[in-house]
Amino acid sequence: MGRNLIEIKNLTKRFGDVTVVNNISLDIKENEFVTLLGPSGCGKTTTLRMIGGFEEPDEGQIFFEGKLLNPIPAYKRNINTVFQRYALFTHMNVFENIAFGLRIKKIPKNEIEKRVKRMLKLVDLEGFEERYVDSLSGGQQQRVAIARALVNEPKVLLLDEPLGALDLKLRKEMQIELLDMQRSVGITFIYVTHDQEEALTMSDTIVVMNNGVIQQVGTPEDIYNEPINRFVADFIGESNIIEAIMPEDCKVAFDNVVLDCVDKGFAPNEPVDIVIRPEDIRIVTNPDEGMIKGTVRSVVFKGVHYEMIIESDAGREYMVHRTIAFPVGSYVGMNVQPFDIQVMKRGDPL
Amino acid sequence: MSKALKRIYMGIIYLFLYAPIIVLIVFSFNKSKSRGQWGGFTLDWYAELFQSRQIREALYFTLLIAVLSTIISTIVGTIAALGINNMGKFSRTVILNINNLPVLNPDIVTGVALMTLFTSLKVELGFVTMLISHIVFSIPYVILSVLPKLRQMNKHIAEAAMDLGATPSYALRKVIIPEIFPGIISGALMAFTLSIDDFVISFFTAGTSVTNLSILIYSMAKRGIKPTINALSTLMFVTVLILMLIINKKSGKGEEILL
Repeated sequence: MGRNLIEIKNLTKRFGDVTVVNNISLDIKENEFVTLLGPSGCGKTTTLRMIGGFEEPDEGQIFFEGKLLNPIPAYKRNINTVFQRYALFTHMNVFENIAFGLRIKKIPKNEIEKRVKRMLKLVDLEGFEERYVDSLSGGQQQRVAIARALVNEPKVLLLDEPLGALDLKLRKEMQIELLDMQRSVGITFIYVTHDQEEALTMSDTIVVMNNGVIQQVGTPEDIYNEPINRFVADFIGESNIIEAIMPEDCKVAFDNVVLDCVDKGFAPNEPVDIVIRPEDIRIVTNPDEGMIKGTVRSVVFKGVHYEMIIESDAGREYMVHRTIAFPVGSYVGMNVQPFDIQVMKRGDPL
Repeated sequence: MSKALKRIYMGIIYLFLYAPIIVLIVFSFNKSKSRGQWGGFTLDWYAELFQSRQIREALYFTLLIAVLSTIISTIVGTIAALGINNMGKFSRTVILNINNLPVLNPDIVTGVALMTLFTSLKVELGFVTMLISHIVFSIPYVILSVLPKLRQMNKHIAEAAMDLGATPSYALRKVIIPEIFPGIISGALMAFTLSIDDFVISFFTAGTSVTNLSILIYSMAKRGIKPTINALSTLMFVTVLILMLIINKKSGKGEEILL
């Protein structure tokens, strides 16, 4: 990783009256695994399609290795795409699907054969050359789509919800395989998904988008631990979001309690949103030892942990994840460490 | 019991449907000239068919028109289907309804309308007008058989081809056309069958200079049924039957059946 491969500057795209991508700017580095994450309709796919050349931006520029990409048609860009639902050529066998791009480039026959074979090995589909894509399973089709793109040795691979059509178990396997492939071929991946877990698992950098606007750019840890606003906090994992004020630096106040935190630089008594992740709330059996007291309202077993809803005396409900369950109706105390409280500027209410 | 009844019922229906054709076929091999009397097996009427210059000429026009109208309507219909497929939902529905209207329209109306159009434009009725008419009534069928294939296709497939370096025209030739080829073929077979099959529209648009087989049979029949007509009709029936079998076999493979 090092220099910028793609630079997006003030990109805007409208469909009729709707602004789908609104003035976004983003730098993508070489060999980076970047994920565009957001709910459907947030503009992530449109952004990807503009990089691929399938949509024309209304405003703004995309630079690729310093050169303006806007006027270059899709078929002349050194970028390849893995499409949603793969878009394989059903009238061709696996070999011909993968060789398609090489044949256009007029690569010699024996060279094509070599490179296709190498790709089939990479995606673990050796011996499938003669098979027609219709006869393959979803996961196998997925691999063919990836091989068909990677065989052209692009500098950037765009992936548009590539695992969306697979079942959970296969999806998890393919996530790991995709990561391995990205590491072994050493190219930039730009990955679009609405699955926050997938984004956290795979990415070097996550770009969270909503309503055509970039909300936050950061490493998975940054995004998870220090969400910049309510939207990011709510979209990435489960969280307790509380409206509070900051009476002074390193203090937040709400519901007649004042908690210590580590954030500074807000104006005195500035209204803020704070995020407490469910796994960061500790429960003590003696209510008096807790910063917040409350009654357990429900307990649901989630496999790794129990999900409990605890209602505080002030009537606020907290979601808490613990490996030990507390019986419904019991009166307990809750504690939160200062660094587990993430303070955010107050945004629009969700 | 009820199963046997069902079978008998089916048998009667099919008997009604096919009895006339069976009689026609049987009599095309009848040595006796009179109808209703079996005079022994013969192929004479078939031999006589091919000796008649008039019939040979009608056959020539029938096939020429069928081939030309098939080629042209398949090309035009396929291009139209590609365009329709890329339209928005509203315009697509409108265009498809306009497209379906001629399919449902009685042939006689289409035939008279075309004749009126040609004469009002002072175009002399003949080979060209008949060819144009055949192209016109075939196009909607081609569109109807190509469109489902396009709708089935992954909508990103053209983009995938271009993504891999194909120019738009290369993508059309090497990816889109092959992907929808089964639909194009069944559309072409449909157009060919309809063209050979057609009498009404041909009758109104052919004028006096050209005669195809169906018009010839009609005019021969007016002068009294000769056994050669039976032979000729039998050949036409068999041709159309074979074409229909091919179409059904193609569309039977999990693809949408048209008619």
